[in-house]
Amino acid sequence: MDWVAIGLTLRLAGCTALALLFIGLPISYWLATTHWRGRIFVEAIVALPLVLPPTVLGFYVLVAFGSRSALGQAVAMLTGHLLPFSFGGLVVASVMYSLPFAVQPFTVAFRSLDPTLLDVARTFGATRLQIFRHVAVPMSWHGILAGIVLSFAHTLGEFGVVLMVGGSIPGVTRTLSISIYDQVQSLNYAAAAANSLFLLVVSFAILSIVYLLQRHFRIA
Amino acid sequence: MRFSSVLLAFLTVLSLISTNARAQEPKTATREILVAAAADLKFALDEMIGEFQKEHPYAKVSVTYGSSGNLFSQIDNGAPFDLFLSADIDFPKKLIERKKAAADSLFPYAVGQLVVWVSKDSPVDVQKLEMHALLDPSIHKIAIANPEHAPYGRAAVAAMKNLGVYDQVADKLVLGENIAQAAQFVESQAADIGLIALSLAVSPKMQAAGRYWEVPLDTCPRLDQAGVILSATKQPELARQFREMIIGPQGRETLRRHGFIMPR
Repeated sequence: MDWVAIGLTLRLAGCTALALLFIGLPISYWLATTHWRGRIFVEAIVALPLVLPPTVLGFYVLVAFGSRSALGQAVAMLTGHLLPFSFGGLVVASVMYSLPFAVQPFTVAFRSLDPTLLDVARTFGATRLQIFRHVAVPMSWHGILAGIVLSFAHTLGEFGVVLMVGGSIPGVTRTLSISIYDQVQSLNYAAAAANSLFLLVVSFAILSIVYLLQRHFRIA
Repeated sequence: MRFSSVLLAFLTVLSLISTNARAQEPKTATREILVAAAADLKFALDEMIGEFQKEHPYAKVSVTYGSSGNLFSQIDNGAPFDLFLSADIDFPKKLIERKKAAADSLFPYAVGQLVVWVSKDSPVDVQKLEMHALLDPSIHKIAIANPEHAPYGRAAVAAMKNLGVYDQVADKLVLGENIAQAAQFVESQAADIGLIALSLAVSPKMQAAGRYWEVPLDTCPRLDQAGVILSATKQPELARQFREMIIGPQGRETLRRHGFIMPR
């Protein structure tokens, strides 16, 4: 069992899910409450990673943050290293890649709120931010939880983007899925089997929790 | 409030995972170098790293294997490697041209040998048929490394052309991302025959699972394998020490034992 890769993968999934909570909630709330017609384009952008091959996203990350781009140079000046081939780079790429897995459940939860409750809060003089914090988010928590868990699980299984921008550096960017790829190429089938089983069991457990939550709260 | 209890408990777990998993990483040795190495070096280099770390207890050598072309482009894009061991000499030279490596750090360390490999279950007598084994009717898929970025793939295509079989088998080729993946394709019998590195064919697992024919060196461009120390290294001393070991007597002996030919 490749514990270094397992620790790294969990850390990447945790950071990604946490970042998506803070990035995804405002986007979703805006998507759920705005009447602007152009929102369909924002929704389409959010959903892009569902249909785009990871190689496309990986390629753009390499181009946008590589050593030849101004953006890449700026990041390198601030952090001391380039974004690709670093843990931070994987987090940035994973946040983009898992964005729909957080934003879509969040948005569904916000849209299913009873609008009269939000109206009542508004009548009592609550600001938009107060309604978001004290009414919308607490009442949508099961959808928010589902979104976080799904983006966590999706990041665990990420492969193509990490292959493109990671470089398989042990302890830095060699996640569990990349480690399995390397082990198969080294004909180390026993290690690949152990690590694959680990991912299978963990992913199954996480998805079971998601469905359990969903059923529990639909009945409730 | 149920919201605060469940969601916040979950967030706490997430934050713990995000920060605490750091502790699971091995304690970083005082000095560490990161090597980007051609996939044909897998078994020889793992052994050399073990020896090197025994002799230098405070040093740690981490390695990433891949096709030389892929590793080259990663280094060119700023990947933080200290030492690059290519399966050819052109990629290291290109890095020197692009000022990513010092010209005086170029070192040839081995010559790669291409073989035609079949599983021992295969009816094809590769030692007798030599390159014409590829034309056997039982062969449907031929594994090679991707000639676009893997030197062994380029050598395989050149050898097939030179021995006059390429046009007849071109539509049967399956491309591994690097030579180790091509070897895995044929070892797992997903492909019926493969053109792979001798250094992989003599690894215990593949040695036991098949037989091979060595492609004569004069039928394809020589796989002169060379390395460079990268300009961006923060451990030039350690990188130099590791290079000295690879080209020193101990390294040469290890490489020879793993199926490499020694330069000069």
